[in-house]
Amino acid sequence: MVAFTKKENAILSMKTSKAILHTEKLQIGYEAKNPIASDISIAIPAAKLIAIIGVNGAGKSTLLKSIAGIQPALKGSLHIENKRIENLQKNELAELISLVLTQQNQSKNLSVIELISLGRHPYTNWLGVNTRQDKIHIAKAIQQVGIEKLKAKKCNELSDGQLQKVMIARALAQNTPVILMDEPTSHLDMYHKAQVLHLLKNISLNTQKSIVFATHEINLALQLCDEIILINDGKVQQNKPEVLIEKGVLSNLFPKDLIHFDIQSKSFKISNN
Amino acid sequence: MKHQLTFLLLFIILFIFTVLNLSLGSVKIPLNELISILLGQGSENSSWEYIILQFRFPKAITAILVGAGLSVCGLLMQTLFRNPLAGPYVLGLSSGASLGVALLFLGGSLFGGFFASLIFSKWAVVLAATLGSGLVMLAVISTAIRIKDTMALLIIGLMFASLTGAVVSILAYFSPANQLQQYVFWSFGSLGNLNWNEVFILSICVTCGLILSLFSLKNMNALLLGESYAQSLGVSIHKNRNLVILATGIMAGSITAFAGPIAFVGLAVPHLVKQVVKTSNHFILFPSVLFCGASIMLVCDSIAQLPGSDFTLPINAVTSIFGAPVVIWLLLRKKKMLF
Repeated sequence: MVAFTKKENAILSMKTSKAILHTEKLQIGYEAKNPIASDISIAIPAAKLIAIIGVNGAGKSTLLKSIAGIQPALKGSLHIENKRIENLQKNELAELISLVLTQQNQSKNLSVIELISLGRHPYTNWLGVNTRQDKIHIAKAIQQVGIEKLKAKKCNELSDGQLQKVMIARALAQNTPVILMDEPTSHLDMYHKAQVLHLLKNISLNTQKSIVFATHEINLALQLCDEIILINDGKVQQNKPEVLIEKGVLSNLFPKDLIHFDIQSKSFKISNN
Repeated sequence: MKHQLTFLLLFIILFIFTVLNLSLGSVKIPLNELISILLGQGSENSSWEYIILQFRFPKAITAILVGAGLSVCGLLMQTLFRNPLAGPYVLGLSSGASLGVALLFLGGSLFGGFFASLIFSKWAVVLAATLGSGLVMLAVISTAIRIKDTMALLIIGLMFASLTGAVVSILAYFSPANQLQQYVFWSFGSLGNLNWNEVFILSICVTCGLILSLFSLKNMNALLLGESYAQSLGVSIHKNRNLVILATGIMAGSITAFAGPIAFVGLAVPHLVKQVVKTSNHFILFPSVLFCGASIMLVCDSIAQLPGSDFTLPINAVTSIFGAPVVIWLLLRKKKMLF
């Protein structure tokens, strides 16, 4: 495995000071005896689109859950805006990190506007009344995702792609500096995959929010993302896509009998032999 | 604005059914006499006055409290368990309350002394029933966390009901006849056995439960997205769960303590409301379910009185006749089940 050089470490620590969220020697997993990945030092700067890639079972979702504070880390520390995650109240955390998950078991009886309004939950009073400010955020989220026409529909009337956009709008309405997404493009066809990733790219550019998402779409991620977090064999590295390609780490990601990484086209190809 | 209109309409319906409920019964009382009695002007016929003020009026209030409380319990449980078939009766809360009361009535003779002196206190019955239903709710929740399956949860509720039923039978076997009779009469369920003092205690309990539920409504809305999303929105899952256990325990417990186990109202009313008020927002569902539950309970009670005759049907039979078909209908369109 390629380890960090001293220079890279220096760059990373420089970045850390400006980062919204960073981890120090984080170890993630469900049992202390059997950690999924160790020594994770990543930094999420503002306004970046960052993909987490890795093979099935590498720990992409676990890393996301640990960053979100749903799954406690085994070791190390996680800082958001220079506060340790353990020291944040649930409500404070909800104003810093929002989620878009793969599971679609939300109540389908909700209307689109009701669902997006739920994103304002951390800010509203105990009666959940949306103030003028809340309504502005909701309208902005709907406009950013471009789902004005769906506003009045029920969630059970939407296609998978539409529902995914609604869930993204909900996270935007929560107005957090970091948005975490678990496989936002699964269940979607190729066109809608590209559409959702473009949307994410535009959001990160226009709103100063950082989006960190786990994905299997490595080819698309390499083309669109500012940075990549690569999980392989329990090790995690973060870098720009070009740098990762140059270092040749992507070639070692999968066994080479069926697919190989083509440096020219920056994508995985089916092996001919 | 649309919803304010719905609330107003439901309130008017509730008012009409209350008057209807008061005017119907085995004794025919003219409407103008009824109004003058209710306005405190009395009536030429003092037995009419007695029937209205000491029998029908407390019974109507009880019906309103029972219907509203059980329906709100059902609404909260359906969202909490993410299960459209959850309800206080189906998941065994009413059986838990029965066990509590049975332990008090029947166990009193076995344990004697301290227990026996408690039997006569209505508050003791309420406490026993609340503890019983609260404990069953806790047990069902702790199993529901492990099993996410919709149907498995219902079977678990059924098992708790059989289990508590078995304990009650064992207690009954060893109890003297007079205490057994006391328990059996209670278990038939009745809205009409309460005096003003008992109505007062019940209304305090149900009001407490409703106020507690109010504080869970915002979190219930977030829970519509699933627990992970709710957590990411800053909801404390444990705190909210405990709040709902307390609220449903108090309401289902106290209602069962005074009116006996009443089936299906808690399960069916939220679904009927959702057919009309097409939203999942609990701040709109809560008042709608409350008014609608109270109205339906008043109708069930009016039917149970068999107006014009001397017979009275057990209230539990009437609610089952109305509620069981609703459950079957829900199961048949299972694919479209929405909570």
